[in-house]
Amino acid sequence: MVRPQDRKFVTADPDKCIGCVVCEYACSMVNEKTFNPNKSRIRAMRLGPLINLAVTCRHCEDPACVAACPRDALTQEEDSGIIRVDENACNGCGWCISACQFGAMNMHPEKKVVFTCNSCTDNETKEPQCVKWCPEEALTFVTAETLAQKYRQKAVKNLFQTAEEANKSQ
Amino acid sequence: MFAYAGKILHVNLTTGETKTEPLSEEMAKSYIGGIGLGIRLLMDNSKPGTDAFHPDNPIIYCTGPLSGTMGPTAGNGYAVVSKSPATGGVGESKAHGFFGPDLKRAGYDAVIITGKAPKLSYLWIDDDKVEIRNAEYLKNATVNDTDNKIRDELGDFYIRVSAIGEAGEKLCRFAAIINDEFRAIGRTGMGAVMGSKNLKAVAVRGTKDVNVANMEGFKEYIKMIHERMKGPATKKYKTLGTPENVLVLNSLSALATRNWTNATFEGANKVSGEYLNEHYVKKIVGCATCGMRCDHIAVVPEGPYKGSTSRLEFECLWSMGPLCGVDRLDAIIEAMRIVNEYGMDGISIGVVVAFAMDLYEHGIITKEQTDGIDLKFGNAEALIAIIHKIGKREGWLGNILAEGVAKAAELIGGDAYKYACHIKGLELPGYDLRTLKTAALGFSVSFRGACHLRNGAYSPDVKGKVNRFKIEKGRGKMITDESHMYNIIDSLIVCKFSRGTYYDGWKDLANYYTLATGIPITPEEMTQDGDRIENLARLFNIREGKGTRKFDDVPYKIKNFPVPDEGPAKGVCVSDEEMAIGLDDYYASRGWTADGIPTVERLKQLGLGDLAYIAEDAMKVAKGGN
Repeated sequence: MVRPQDRKFVTADPDKCIGCVVCEYACSMVNEKTFNPNKSRIRAMRLGPLINLAVTCRHCEDPACVAACPRDALTQEEDSGIIRVDENACNGCGWCISACQFGAMNMHPEKKVVFTCNSCTDNETKEPQCVKWCPEEALTFVTAETLAQKYRQKAVKNLFQTAEEANKSQ
Repeated sequence: MFAYAGKILHVNLTTGETKTEPLSEEMAKSYIGGIGLGIRLLMDNSKPGTDAFHPDNPIIYCTGPLSGTMGPTAGNGYAVVSKSPATGGVGESKAHGFFGPDLKRAGYDAVIITGKAPKLSYLWIDDDKVEIRNAEYLKNATVNDTDNKIRDELGDFYIRVSAIGEAGEKLCRFAAIINDEFRAIGRTGMGAVMGSKNLKAVAVRGTKDVNVANMEGFKEYIKMIHERMKGPATKKYKTLGTPENVLVLNSLSALATRNWTNATFEGANKVSGEYLNEHYVKKIVGCATCGMRCDHIAVVPEGPYKGSTSRLEFECLWSMGPLCGVDRLDAIIEAMRIVNEYGMDGISIGVVVAFAMDLYEHGIITKEQTDGIDLKFGNAEALIAIIHKIGKREGWLGNILAEGVAKAAELIGGDAYKYACHIKGLELPGYDLRTLKTAALGFSVSFRGACHLRNGAYSPDVKGKVNRFKIEKGRGKMITDESHMYNIIDSLIVCKFSRGTYYDGWKDLANYYTLATGIPITPEEMTQDGDRIENLARLFNIREGKGTRKFDDVPYKIKNFPVPDEGPAKGVCVSDEEMAIGLDDYYASRGWTADGIPTVERLKQLGLGDLAYIAEDAMKVAKGGN
């Protein structure tokens, strides 16, 4: 059995993401066999040229979306953390959408049921398709622990770089 | 048909009526989409002699066959075509970003807008639902405010808006249409045509699927292009960006400075791509579906324009920098920002200001006429001040300059025409045509007026493939061949920054088209499409009385003011004799008459027999004139 802390999810690096939405197209291409960002499980947000980030399901522990569903249409897979939607039970009420703090729950434009990241895996790279296609390498498929390590390393590097620069300029 | 929406939308703003018609496969294959389809629809949906600002002049939004697919750079474009208020001939421009794919997903290959709304309005296209809505509350609003307010009003963040600013509303002849903050339908004054129709914006939400014929093949193809985009073909755009040209052109004595007074700029190092990237560029971002990225977002870190943010490319940096003698990047970034707010062509505005500065320096206009602005070359504050006046059409000079250099020179009179640098009414882009003579010929025959992007004729000069100081036989064919490629690029609406990734040229593009649409096309057929589009555009210009030999010329200054700068280019300018050699050679390579009119035979070969009457009428006039 996979421990909850070993669950992997897709995350975008705010320094690298440029809002090109290639991830949206790759997602709809693979999962829906068409080109349509409205059917993508990952959505990029551009709030200005310098503010870009792609957002999708983070496979949280005790997910609010599952708790919010009044029809028990959502369940979380134990191993992967993927949120599965029972399309017969879901009536598109959208409570899960308002419960998710990341805006990672989406309403399918035709089926009128919700859908979210299924961590689709590419045979070659063993990673989700959006990660594979991202031209900026801004997306990674990580556990919370590797993400924490990455940012910890970055913070420490920055600290020492700043100290070095300060020494140089003295 | 795959990839195409298969539908054309008609909107009459006067009556409020809308209708749709199907797009035939024959039309699709013959004109591809984008500008090709747009120019054909312009020809078929307009009457000869209609003024660009008359309600009957249609303004046509087109998507390309690849818009809405994952095709890198091709998936995100749209084109706008109309009769140009600057040239009186074909007006067209393309923009990338995020707007185009939504128009395709809403279900349209083209939207033909005619008439004039009784009050300021915007067009709301929500898939099949089309509505003309009130925009009076957006009067004089900036492009970006218009975008934000319309999305707020309609309540959907992902709605895409293509809008004009104050300049378009006030019929500035080089007004642009802008989407996604800084992506512009920039050239040929399409924003002014929108303004003349009381049309502030087109807002669109498309939720339908875009499907390609061969999904597996298409996927492999885009994977290949993504890989190529990581390589040398796009390096320039991903590193220094087009501002790299500043120092390159300066070293060739081809960096037009102070309104084509000089060909080198002593301040080039302060406005170079290198300097810009080191001191101002904060991040490089990209458009939808793009596998590369090129938008160098520059932010001013300190000084009077602190915080000013804009995307800067070579052309606009040059026009508002060296061409005006300005060597301050902070002011150029601010100028670019306000030009986008007013919604103006970032190339033309710089040429217009440089023209006014030239007149001021020569005493043709006085400080009284500039409302006290000291319009000397190099005065950055004056540059900003006069842009505001032009954007608002404020004061005597602001109002006149909003007409563009060609008409402004007529209105000012006297010797002003000598300083007006335009071809067919469109201001010159950033190359000194005196020292890049293939470009001089190529720009002169471009159907939308002075333009580096109709045949890329600057390229052989800059790359040293030819003797750039002379025009000789053979240049005509070079320009002809390239123009076909550029026409197809603009009909597929592939971004020109990615053109180097199509290693196999026509073969790659034909393959791309067929994988997406399922319509078989050979590289030869596609080349002929490019030829057809060129002839079609020429016929439109001829029909409007703007398409014969006498219109294919370079500006007075290029012919009469030799380069004064020391170096290999000293004393160079373009003579009438070499222009004549070049034009004869170019027309011959096209199978056109010496007067630049396509022959009936040539038109029939290209499947344009139905329009041959335009050429026949023009030939009768040409004969009568002899």
